[in-house]
Amino acid sequence: MSDQPLLSVRHLSTTFATPAGPLRAVDDVSFDLDAHETLGIVGESGSGKTVLARTLMGLQPRLNVEVTGSVQLAGHEVVGASTARLRELWSSEVAMVFQDPMTSLNPVMRVGRQIDEVLRVRHGMDRAAARARAIELLDLVGIPSAAQRYRAYPFELSGGMRQRVVIAIALAGQPRLLIADEPTTGLDVTIQAQILDLLDTLRAQLGMSVVMITHDLGVVATRTSRLLVMYAGRVAETGPTGDVFRHHRMPYTRALLESSPKLSNAPHTRLAAIPGQPPNLARVGPGCHFAPRCDLASDRCREVAPALEPTERPDHLFACWHPLRTPSETPGASS
Amino acid sequence: MTETTSPLLRVRDLSVTFPHHGHTLTAVDGVSFEVSRGETLGVVGESGCGKSTMGRALMRIVEARTGSVELAGVDLTTLRGRALRETRRRMQMIFQDPISSLNPRRRIADIVAEPLDAWKSAAGAEREATVERLLREVGIDPALHGRRYPRQFSGGQCQRISIARALAMRPELLICDEVVSALDVSVQAQILNLLEDLKAEYGLTLIFIAHDLAVVKNISDRIAVMYLGQIVELAPAQVLYDAPAHPYTALLLGSALEADPDQPRERTVLQGEPPSPLDPPSGCRFRTRCPDATDLCAREAPMPRDVAPGHRVACHFPRRRAD
Ligand SMILES: Nc1ncnc2c1ncn2[C@@H]1O[C@H](COP(=O)(O)OP(=O)(O)OP(=O)(O)O)[C@@H](O)[C@H]1O
Ligand SMILES: Nc1ncnc2c1ncn2[C@@H]1O[C@H](COP(=O)(O)OP(=O)(O)O)[C@@H](O)[C@H]1O
Ligand code: SF4
Ligand code: SF4
Ligand SMILES: [Mg+2]
Ligand SMILES: [Mg+2]
Repeated sequence: MSDQPLLSVRHLSTTFATPAGPLRAVDDVSFDLDAHETLGIVGESGSGKTVLARTLMGLQPRLNVEVTGSVQLAGHEVVGASTARLRELWSSEVAMVFQDPMTSLNPVMRVGRQIDEVLRVRHGMDRAAARARAIELLDLVGIPSAAQRYRAYPFELSGGMRQRVVIAIALAGQPRLLIADEPTTGLDVTIQAQILDLLDTLRAQLGMSVVMITHDLGVVATRTSRLLVMYAGRVAETGPTGDVFRHHRMPYTRALLESSPKLSNAPHTRLAAIPGQPPNLARVGPGCHFAPRCDLASDRCREVAPALEPTERPDHLFACWHPLRTPSETPGASS
Repeated sequence: MTETTSPLLRVRDLSVTFPHHGHTLTAVDGVSFEVSRGETLGVVGESGCGKSTMGRALMRIVEARTGSVELAGVDLTTLRGRALRETRRRMQMIFQDPISSLNPRRRIADIVAEPLDAWKSAAGAEREATVERLLREVGIDPALHGRRYPRQFSGGQCQRISIARALAMRPELLICDEVVSALDVSVQAQILNLLEDLKAEYGLTLIFIAHDLAVVKNISDRIAVMYLGQIVELAPAQVLYDAPAHPYTALLLGSALEADPDQPRERTVLQGEPPSPLDPPSGCRFRTRCPDATDLCAREAPMPRDVAPGHRVACHFPRRRAD
């Protein structure tokens, strides 16, 4: 293994030209992901998670979108890469799982055939080999009676089974990196837990790295090694998952944690809600995007955006002018 | 949980069936429970277990096949016409998708006034004052926002507007069906706090349906757990989480995703998916996924019984508290 991270993102920005002016959905994002690691990206609706995921894949259209910065994937630059080059990356290095499996599956084609097709077109397998491999993949993702389900249409499967099929398709090229955008949102807790466990087992078994994108802190708490908290297109805080949960320095991270209801809370526990709502990205001011909702905001916060800075740990960074102090002084940081 | 006063809501043996390609789908299958005045009853269970259908049957949005629903002693299932409408206005229901439940072509103030207009219970200045008060109560500035349309609002704001509209008739019972499921955590917390505040202020009784166990625990006094149309366990919220007696409840809790990195990873996650309600298993409906199932479970459906005062469970082999 080389000492280079599998994925290295530097000063990545994605800006849409909109009638209301430029909208920077991803704003100067940098991070590294090592082989075999799982990075969780958490943020509320509209914080830029999906745009970031698509940008990492090189999936942004060229029209009305400007991507700047760099995405190095296994030594290949994604930003500005040709379509042919990207196709190569998609067939061997990186694959993506989207939130709604129905949008990534062809509704009128048997699911097995959809996997076959990827194997034949992208990997040049013959029909018999592709069919055998497709059944193997369906089995790998925990679909009972895989050989029978091979012939099923997407509508004949439950939401959880459909998401397993999508994962099977993503695994067809044996990617080194799997980007999963809200892979379990909208599914039952029981099915969510099953699919997340499956992804983690596959990661370990197949030696993949995973980027797990979610709005749900419960999804990332025990199943990621690193965490990146996004707010309004920017990185608010990033570091080892446990450190971000326990020793966070950025007020938004704290607010996000404290507003989440916990099973251990007594009934009728009052939640620490964050006032207001996330900003409209076409109309954000120059300073810290969280300032309008932050009880620590000062004039400086409203005027100048804070840069990411390391804590005592070089791999735990946060962007805030008035960081929360050590965990013992941070109300609510320990529990 | 001894009740001195009679319950606000008393549901007996409620069943709802739907015709389905020549078969009968039993969505709600003989549920019975009571809700006291001022109480919040949470309802949890996997998708398709009948939570929404039960809520809709209480409102008589769908008709029950059997059973009775009594609101303050009046049996709703036998009422017709005006008497039904009169009683029904004492109950209101709010739904998951806040944006589509509001008429896009009406202004916010008029949406909130819909029930007032329908009942002709307030007009002119009084109507206006009521709408203003309701909007302010749910945290929407009537002067700034009252004349706007739903699409100009976020999901959380639309849910506030739905709540304001539901409160217009001063209902006694509010049925909330997945009302925070589509919202971000920061906004979800705002709405949960708002519901708690309004409950205190209006003396509301709540039925809170949701699939998120932590959300339900945070808001409920008691919780009913549903599986394939039946209530399998009913207990005070804290008891249910501390000492689940039904294997399904225990496994559901084991599957919960907690925002806590110290939560042990090696929990027992419930495997498989619920069977089709068109063809439920014989005996106990949970037996096909239950690690404790025996022959008896396949032969005989367990009857609900109390394992402690106020703690009802339908299982041949209820689990006991570990300690
Ligand atoms: N093609 C586009 N043109 C213009 N703006 C866009 C486009 N795609 C996304 N945006 C905007 O970029 C911002 C980030 O959107 P994105 O979908 O990445 O959010 P998200 O974090 O994935 O949210 P969610 O949790 O709702 O999925 C939003 O303000 C969105 O409206
Ligand atoms: N109008 C209807 N017609 C036929 N089947 C229905 C109808 N509404 C609900 N069902 C079925 O009833 C069962 C319970 O559904 P629902 O009450 O929506 O569950 P939940 O709210 O717990 O997810 C499901 O199997 C569902 O498909
Ligand atoms: S920079 Fe200022 S406004 Fe932003 S999070 Fe820190 S204290 Fe709050
Ligand atoms: S009755 Fe039997 S199958 Fe049903 S929950 Fe209890 S132990 Fe499991
Ligand atoms: Mg998204
Ligand atoms: Mg429902």
